Amino acid sequence: MELFQIFITIMDATFRVATPLILASMAGMFSERSGVVDIGLEGKMLGAAFAAATIASLSGSAWVGLGAGILTSVALSMLHAYACVTHKGNQVVSGMAINIMVAGLTPTLAFAWFRMGGQTPALKGDERFHSLTLPFADAVRDIPVIGYTYAELISGHNIIVYIAAASVPICAWILFRTRFGLRVRAVGENPHAVDTAGISVNVLRYQALAVTGVLCGIAGSYLSTAHGAAFIRDMTAGKGYLALAALIFGKWKPLPTLFACLLFAFTDAVQVRMQGVDLPIVGVIPGQFIQALPYILTVLLLAGFVGKANPPKAIGQPYIKEK
Amino acid sequence: MFKQLKLAAVAATVVAAAGIANAAEFKPAIVFDMGGKFDKSFNEAAFNGAEEFKKGTGIDYMEFEVTQVSQREQALKRMAKKGASIIVAMGFAQASAVEKAAKANPDTKFTIIDMVVDLPNVQSIIFKEHEGSFLVGMAAALSSKTGKVGFVGGMDIPLIRKFALGYQEGAKYANSGTEVFQNMTGTTPAAWNDPTKGGELARSQFDRGADVVFAAAGGTGIGVYQAAKDSGKFAIGVDSNQNYMHPGTMLTSMTKRVDVAVKNAFATAKAGTWKPGISVLGLKEGGVGYAMDEHNKGVLSADVVAKIEKARADIIAGTLKVTDYMTK
Repeated sequence: MELFQIFITIMDATFRVATPLILASMAGMFSERSGVVDIGLEGKMLGAAFAAATIASLSGSAWVGLGAGILTSVALSMLHAYACVTHKGNQVVSGMAINIMVAGLTPTLAFAWFRMGGQTPALKGDERFHSLTLPFADAVRDIPVIGYTYAELISGHNIIVYIAAASVPICAWILFRTRFGLRVRAVGENPHAVDTAGISVNVLRYQALAVTGVLCGIAGSYLSTAHGAAFIRDMTAGKGYLALAALIFGKWKPLPTLFACLLFAFTDAVQVRMQGVDLPIVGVIPGQFIQALPYILTVLLLAGFVGKANPPKAIGQPYIKEK
Repeated sequence: MFKQLKLAAVAATVVAAAGIANAAEFKPAIVFDMGGKFDKSFNEAAFNGAEEFKKGTGIDYMEFEVTQVSQREQALKRMAKKGASIIVAMGFAQASAVEKAAKANPDTKFTIIDMVVDLPNVQSIIFKEHEGSFLVGMAAALSSKTGKVGFVGGMDIPLIRKFALGYQEGAKYANSGTEVFQNMTGTTPAAWNDPTKGGELARSQFDRGADVVFAAAGGTGIGVYQAAKDSGKFAIGVDSNQNYMHPGTMLTSMTKRVDVAVKNAFATAKAGTWKPGISVLGLKEGGVGYAMDEHNKGVLSADVVAKIEKARADIIAGTLKVTDYMTK
């Protein structure tokens, strides 16, 4: 195959794999920028994946499933807010508790309802989000480079991939160009100043976590109703933690975070394609080494190239009004 | 009301008594491995075999699904303690656990599937997966239009390499120019249950030109078959007959009669004819094969089937040798 085509198919896979990471890391950005550590991204995604697959299967509509996924994720997000904003609980513990609870609860419910060993029925037809062919994709396919890129890389994804792509500029705009965004960032840096200005710290953090819930819900629904075709036990497989790593990697800024997500997904796509391929000079690289590549790359980049990360100053601290 | 209660109590006592009487006679047990008994593949085949035994004899069995590595030994020992007459352990990974449990309970019968444990109270059943894989490799190569076929393995272990090698040899035998892509999902037991990754692996092979993919990956295969269906390519199932999952795009399935092995282990133990030692089931014994049913009728052409049948006869006759990765 031509080198250019190989590159395009790798980028195509990168977009598919990066979609849940991008959505989840944008979700984490709202929570963390408002000063609430959210290690529960994983659990929220898993919960949403389960709800989306279940409801899509029962209702016959992927959109209804998506709605259910978002609702579930927002509910879990509110639970997190209730524990660590209202009751000033430890944010890491609360997030972890959500992860563990969801990991146990989803296969149990799936087993009780469907009797399929902790899975949900395979989704067919309208119960899933299918690939969309953008206008003119087939007409321009034969135009070298530009036409081919458009037809293979830009066209042919499902709607959630495009939502993920759109979420980055939208989130950036909300965080840096709106009054709500300014307040969210302020409450993560200096909640006392926000409080002094007469704005409720708690209400703001609840709002930020609601946004987190919505985005995580879309990410989870993608896994079970768009990329996959059923809910399967532990199907998030650490993507929530990877999204959190991408967020830190990207220094809590939308564009660098997007690149971190794409980088993780890219290494994943490359390692899939490099297994068992006979390379010039080095020969066949052992599969184990290739599978370790994304992690090695992450460590190297984090240690060598990222530099000092500046987290929101008030992150992890429950806000207590001075008496 | 009171009468009804009394009746129920009597009925319950009778049932309980019957249960106890039965239990004293014969108590089979099965321990599934990671991937779970509904993996639609290896473990599910064993589950079906056990269910068939239950249906045929009316004897219930004890079961356990391993979800963590450390549970295997505990589960086997607990079954032995509960007085199981025979314990079937599914999967190569249970070998060390079976060894320990069998030594600790020399009077209990153990049957392990897919691995050899050399003890006087252990029966080891292994399959010639390479022979079955050879046949589906032929099916893949003969049905491929691009001359490129793919293989997606679960965890990277010798057993899966055995599938891969047989598949590759079959593909090359059918058409010497066939290119075979190979991918392993991972190096940990999690690789048996990662359909998302499986789907991505299959897609990467389709991108490279493959149009038939064979998954020997437990639950991970579900993602592979889905990806094949979404991309309009062919997939080959494994262990159980998985043709029904996506009629039209499932070319065939490499069947491994784990269900028969489990059922036989239970039945022979009940009849008293159970024997320890190693039994190897290949094409000749009907232990492996490929699945033809109403779901892949017309998908696999008669011409292809004829060629495969010829190769099957040759392998059984010994004139065609398939390399076994384990003894290579």
